[in-house]
Amino acid sequence: MTRFRALVEVSLRPGIADPQGATIERALPALGFEAISGVRAGKAFRFVVDATDEHAARKQVDDLCRRLLTNPVIEDSAVTLEQA
Amino acid sequence: MTARIGVVLFPGSNCEHDVVEAVNALGGDAHIVWHDDRSLGTVDAVVLPGGFAHGDYLRPGALARFSPIMGAVEAFAAGGGPVVGICNGFQVLTEAHLLPGALQKNRGLTFLCTTVEVEVFSDRSVLTSGVEVGSRLRIPINHFEGSYICDQSTLDELRAEGRIILRYVDNPNGSLADIAGIANAAGNVVGLMPHPERAADALFGSTDGRILLGALLRSALAWSAVAAGS
Repeated sequence: MTRFRALVEVSLRPGIADPQGATIERALPALGFEAISGVRAGKAFRFVVDATDEHAARKQVDDLCRRLLTNPVIEDSAVTLEQA
Repeated sequence: MTARIGVVLFPGSNCEHDVVEAVNALGGDAHIVWHDDRSLGTVDAVVLPGGFAHGDYLRPGALARFSPIMGAVEAFAAGGGPVVGICNGFQVLTEAHLLPGALQKNRGLTFLCTTVEVEVFSDRSVLTSGVEVGSRLRIPINHFEGSYICDQSTLDELRAEGRIILRYVDNPNGSLADIAGIANAAGNVVGLMPHPERAADALFGSTDGRILLGALLRSALAWSAVAAGS
């Protein structure tokens, strides 16, 4: 078994309104961040997973994303794995 | 015959007693069902009440759908039994895939606690059966994640099959197509953001919720009679 560190970033799917991101972006000019745009708010999860190899680890994490960490109707996930 | 209504209590639910009171005032027989049980017992309909089941952690309804009772709720719904999710209960039903779509944060990021006007848009559901289509009801809403969203093909289906049962007259939260409540294809599973149990007594300022809950009690008895005969 190998231990992997997983990072799952959950974001709203393209085209889904993101009122949090929009509100944050509206506040930026007042703070002087004129050059920042395209803000999207999301969530991140970090955990470790034990698996025989990276492929098996990714399979588990993808399944977890689909069944629990995201609502596929409105959210996408991006998974990053690295050996612990 | 008295309609027996099971009201599921999740950790964090907070409208279960309001539903029990409102149902009993209408002549029903409501009781609380604990989320950690695996059986609904003998019921003619199930209500998933409002609140913050499992703290709304991760997403509203995301953890509640894995509560042990949900297996029994899914089986009851699959058998044609009436299931109504109110507010957080609606969110649980979408997460459990018993209803399509999802509830997003309100447009404007404001928690809304007010009485709104909704139009009965279809009577093809256990909650609106026998209720005049086009009638307007004044019912409170109380939510942060109430903006209904689904993909275009789902919306087309909901429209074509008369499954949009309630629409906001003045959309408060950005819901797609002014949707306040929908039903599944069979009409026996319903989710709505407004709280009919909070419009069940003249003291509350509106009794329009009784129209919907009354329809649910009739639907529950009708289903019970059919189920007993089959």
